[in-house]
Formats: sequence, structure tokens, C-alpha cells
Amino acid sequence: MTPAPTQARTMPSKDKRWLIVDATMRRYGYSGSSLIETLHVAQESFAYLDEDALRFVASSLSLPLSKVYGVATFYHHFTLKPQGEHTCVVCMGTACYIKGAAELLAALENGYHVKDGQTTQDKKLSVLTARCLGSCGLAPAAVFDGEVAGKLSTVELLARVAKQVGHSEAGGT
Amino acid sequence: MTAEELDQIAEEERESTRKCRHRLHVCMAAGCLSLHSDQVKSSLEAQVKASGLESECRVKGVGCMGLCSAGPLVSVSSQDVTYKEVTPEDAPEIVQGLQAAKAVERLRCPTDVPFFTRQKRIVLENCGAIDPERIEEYIAADGYAALHKALATMTGAQTVEQVSRSGLRGRGGAGYPTGLKWGMVSKASGATKYVICNADEGDPGAFMDRSVLESDPHRVLEGMAIAAYAVGASQGYIYVRAEYPLAVKRLKTAIRQAERLGVLGNSIFGTPLNFKIDIRLGAGAFVCGEETALIASIEGLRGQPRPRPPFPAEAGLWDAPTLINNVETFANIPPIIRNGGDWYASIGTAKSKGTKTFALAGKINNTGLIEVPMGITLRDIIYDIGGGIPDGKKFKAVQTGGPSGGCIPEQFLDMPVDYDSLSKVGSIMGSGGMIIMDETSSMVDVARFFMEFCMSESCGKCVPCRVGTVHMHDLLRKIIERKASARDLALLEELCDMVKSTSLCGLGQSAPNPVLTTLRYFRHEYDELLVQDDGAGATGVAQSAKETVP
Repeated sequence: MTPAPTQARTMPSKDKRWLIVDATMRRYGYSGSSLIETLHVAQESFAYLDEDALRFVASSLSLPLSKVYGVATFYHHFTLKPQGEHTCVVCMGTACYIKGAAELLAALENGYHVKDGQTTQDKKLSVLTARCLGSCGLAPAAVFDGEVAGKLSTVELLARVAKQVGHSEAGGT
Repeated sequence: MTAEELDQIAEEERESTRKCRHRLHVCMAAGCLSLHSDQVKSSLEAQVKASGLESECRVKGVGCMGLCSAGPLVSVSSQDVTYKEVTPEDAPEIVQGLQAAKAVERLRCPTDVPFFTRQKRIVLENCGAIDPERIEEYIAADGYAALHKALATMTGAQTVEQVSRSGLRGRGGAGYPTGLKWGMVSKASGATKYVICNADEGDPGAFMDRSVLESDPHRVLEGMAIAAYAVGASQGYIYVRAEYPLAVKRLKTAIRQAERLGVLGNSIFGTPLNFKIDIRLGAGAFVCGEETALIASIEGLRGQPRPRPPFPAEAGLWDAPTLINNVETFANIPPIIRNGGDWYASIGTAKSKGTKTFALAGKINNTGLIEVPMGITLRDIIYDIGGGIPDGKKFKAVQTGGPSGGCIPEQFLDMPVDYDSLSKVGSIMGSGGMIIMDETSSMVDVARFFMEFCMSESCGKCVPCRVGTVHMHDLLRKIIERKASARDLALLEELCDMVKSTSLCGLGQSAPNPVLTTLRYFRHEYDELLVQDDGAGATGVAQSAKETVP
């Protein structure tokens, strides 16, 4: 069993969210086997995993940073880069692919000059793909800021994204 | 919790149901939910309230009703009618229909069609009928009665015996006899043993396990608790995809409720059985569906498989004997214990017993979730239950087993669906994704799609899979771009054979299957894309493949 971390370990900042991350590790007795659970909580709290987060988790769980980095990059779910203001996730599951998801993605990539996994220069939009949303009845489907929309054509998709990205400008945040 | 208390909860729940004249069931599974069935539900609730029908009418959210393509679905018990494509604006008309005892014909979804009548629901019997967030409804549907029966009247060995007699085979894909696996773990020596539910449903196009978890989570918990009793485990884990937030939420609720009632936790039903279940979130790695990779992931490591033996039954999680079964396998256990193994064995074919759930998707009219007896023909599934191919197009192939499976052409449509027949034609049963393709789909492109998947999901541990999938993908892309020659195709076939026979785990061993089956049945599509060999290009790839792959 991994020994409890020494007192020298400090939170990366005064941000309260680190307490949530720390509480998760404490619940598992700072055991190395809680690494994935901890990374989940850290990503939920901060939206992505930066170097501070990886170093903090590594020292708390007494794991080499290389191992933490290895796990964080092995799993697709974890991202080390901040996301844009909005996200559009195109489902690339088999059912969606058969019904033209590749064209949807291509239209998005061409329209916003980004590739899958990238964020536009103005940080407004991240284009992502999913393995399968499980909404195969709605193929081809995409998720706009957490909301699933199905049976999309490229025209509809681009219109939705334009509205999504445009709205925030109008909102003037 | 005692048997009497269980009966009492069931009776109270049934009584309160009987009091309600009208029961409106709104599908709240992922498919309908993404079509805003939650808004339909609140609109119906508001309408019921406004009409003063609260005392005799109950609106409840239920799990998957199956016909996802017609969602959101709402069923009305008193009128024996199901409505399709319901919008929140339809609520007044539906509630008025209740008062006038007249169904809204405009929204009627016919239920006397093969999609509903030809199914046999065992795993899905509660899906679409009970509220997955209330344990009382599960108990009223005979829930936890099987666990009580096993604990009160059977020994662990007798429980294993019933599962063996049922002939149930693992529903995760490989089809290993469940009873044998249970027997191995129960006989393994070790003070600590684990039961793991594999809910890392990674096959694109498969959503059966998700539907079961979202629609009837207690079913899986009960199956796991029976397994724990049979093999002597006290800790269980459900390894579920982080991409299924709704399933995770409902599982957490279900575990909390079960612990509160004492059907999970310490001294279950007052017996010495202690069994606790924890959830572990996957993080998006297809390879974690492989059991040794899944175990590594629960241990907090990269999800990389290791050679077997030792099998998890001997040395699994933290080197303790571990039973790993898939969601659907566990969901089959309570009815087997309740009705006996022989009852289950009477359904299906000689070597494939019981029923199987399938997720129908792709170019088919009735997309959705179905459960059929083993041995039904593909034609019955696709044309009868699935309603055929839309837009008058011609059927071309059906893909089963996801990236590990294959494409089955028209000539085998009358073949019975069971483990052995499917593997005879080069595919596998898999977890139950069934994607239908019509004449417009290019089979070479489908093969490339799956290879891209395997390439990106390869964990990188063994060379044949890590390097082989990249080269197979490059070759397939070259063929599609009309830059490949017959020599490239020959190299592709050679690589298929090598990756299949030398990879460490199931991911690599089965990665060539989509290519092999499309080559076997649709070779002309490959041939049509080939160009005359000009020497340079083909040798380039061949050379690099030979250098990197030992």
C-alpha cells in the first residue's frame, strides 16, 4: 500500500477546486490505484488536466510523474488542453459513419479550419469526435454543448454551430 | 431485510399501482431523452395536474421501450396504446384522450407489428415497464427474489450448477460458458475474491448494455450479488464507460437504494453474505473491454492486457481470483435462478441457449433495441423485426461484432443467429451491435473505418497490433485512393493473417476480421479499386512493413 503523502505536499493554488481533488484521493487513502478516479475528478473540476494538476496528483499519490502522464495520455477521455467556449462533438460510431458522419466532420473542419480535437484560434469552438454516443437511432448525431441532436445534414450541422458560436457574441460575455 | 419484508414492499407497490387507473410511461432512456422526452414528461405531468387527474393518473419515467427510431415514446396502460414521436405540445390531447377513453390515433405507434410481437424479452423484461430510479418497482417485478431464493434454498455450488445447466454463454462477445467460469472462480483458493461487471461497452454501434443499465440497473446488481454468493466474493466493481453519464447516475442511485434496504452490503437477507459494489469509471479506451486490461484499469494503471494464463479466475484483480462477466450476462442470472437452469436451456439452439439483445442500427427502418431467441434467422431480424431497408434500397451486408466482427452478405440471411453459425461465416456474435448496410455503402471503406478504429485503440503493448494495424490501415487507404496494386492487396492479406495469429489480446487477434470478411464476400469491390502495379509504390509499403514487423 502506498504511504500517505508527506506534509511537504501543497495545493497548487488557493483555488477551492483542489480541495475536491484532494478529498477524492483522501477517500481512497492516497492509494496509487485511485489515480484514474482522481484524474476524472480533476478534469471535472478544471475542464482539463494541466501540468499543475498532474504534478499535484503525482506527489499526492506518491507516483512518478511519468506514470501519471502515461495514464492521462493513454485514455481518450482525458485532455491536457483547455477546450473552447463551445464544443461540437460529432459521433463517429458505425451507425453514424454509415449515414454520413465523415461528411459532417469534413464540413465542420473546412468551415472552421480546425481538425478533430482542435480549437479555433479565437477559442470559440472545439471540434471533437466521439466513438459512439449510443444514440444510433438518431444517426448521424452530434452533441452541441452537451445537447444531442440527431438525423443531421451538413447544412443543419453548420447552421447549428453558427448559431451556437454566434449566440455567445450576442450575449456579450 | 427478510423475505416477508421483501414481499411487503412488492405488495405495497403493486397495490399503489392498482389504485392508479391511468399509467403513463414516458421513455427516459438515452435515445428518447436526446429527443427531449424529459420535456414531454413534465408537460404531461403539468397537464394531468391541470386536469385534476392526479389521484388516478400517474406519469412515470421508464427505461428503453426499444423502438428508438420512433421516439420519444409514451405508453398508456389503461388504453393499451403506445404513442410515437410525442412532443410536449401533444400532452393536452393525450390527457384529454384519457378522460374521453379515446386514444389519440394521430400519434399511435402500432404494437401488433413484428418489431414487438416477435421479440422474446428476458433481459429486457423490465425495460420500459419500471422506473429505473425506484427499487420498489423492481421488487414489485419479482426483483431480488432470485437472490433471496439462492441464499435461502441453495448452496454456492448449487447456484453454479443452475447457471451451468442453463447453458448461458458470456454475452460480451467470446461466448465462454458462464457456468464454467463461475465454477473456476468458486473453486479457486483465496480469502479475497472479486466480482467485476464489464460495462465498458466500447463497440461503436452497440448500446444494449447501456440500455440495460439505464433501464433496469437493479437487475445487474442482483445478478452480481448472486454471483458473489456462488463464488464467495465480498467486493464487486462495475467498470462503466464515463461516456454513459446517465447509466452511471442510475447505477449510483440503485446501489444506494439497495444498500439502504439491505439487499447489498453486510449480512444480506440476514445471511453471512457481505457484498459491496463500487463503480469504476472507464476513461475511453476500447481495449479495456478485454478482461486483463480492464483489471489493470481498475488498479489505476494504463489499460494494457497481459498474457493469459494465469486467467483472472485464478489471479485477477490485485492477484485475487476474479469473476468478470458482461452486463447482459449478469442480467440473465436472476431469471435463471428464479425459473431454474432447465427453463433457460429450453430457449434457443443446441449450443446457444436463451435470448440475445441486439442494437439494430444503420440502414434499417426500425432502429432500436431488440431481444430475440437464439436461432432466429438474420432475415427475420432485418426484414421482419427491423422492417427492412429504407428508401427502397437493396440490402448489402450486416455487420455484427463491431471492430472484432465481420460483414455478413445476403447469401447467409437465412442462417440462424447463434455463436457457432456466426463464427463459421467469419464474424462473431459480439456484444450485440448489428449494423445494416445497403447497396450505397462501400465495403472497402467500412473495412478501413474499423481498421482506423483498431489502429487508434491499439494499446501499443504488442508489436503485431501496434504496427500491423497502422500498415493495414495505410494499405486500405491506398486501395480506396486507387493507388494500390494487386501486390498491395496480397500484402494486406498477409498482414491480416500475421496480426490475427500473433497479437497478444483479442483486440489485435480480431482486428483483421472486418477486412477478412469483406475480402471473402466482396472481393470484387477491392479488385475494382486496384491499379496496375508500377513497382515503386507497392514495394515502398511492403518494405517498411517488413522492416518494422518481426
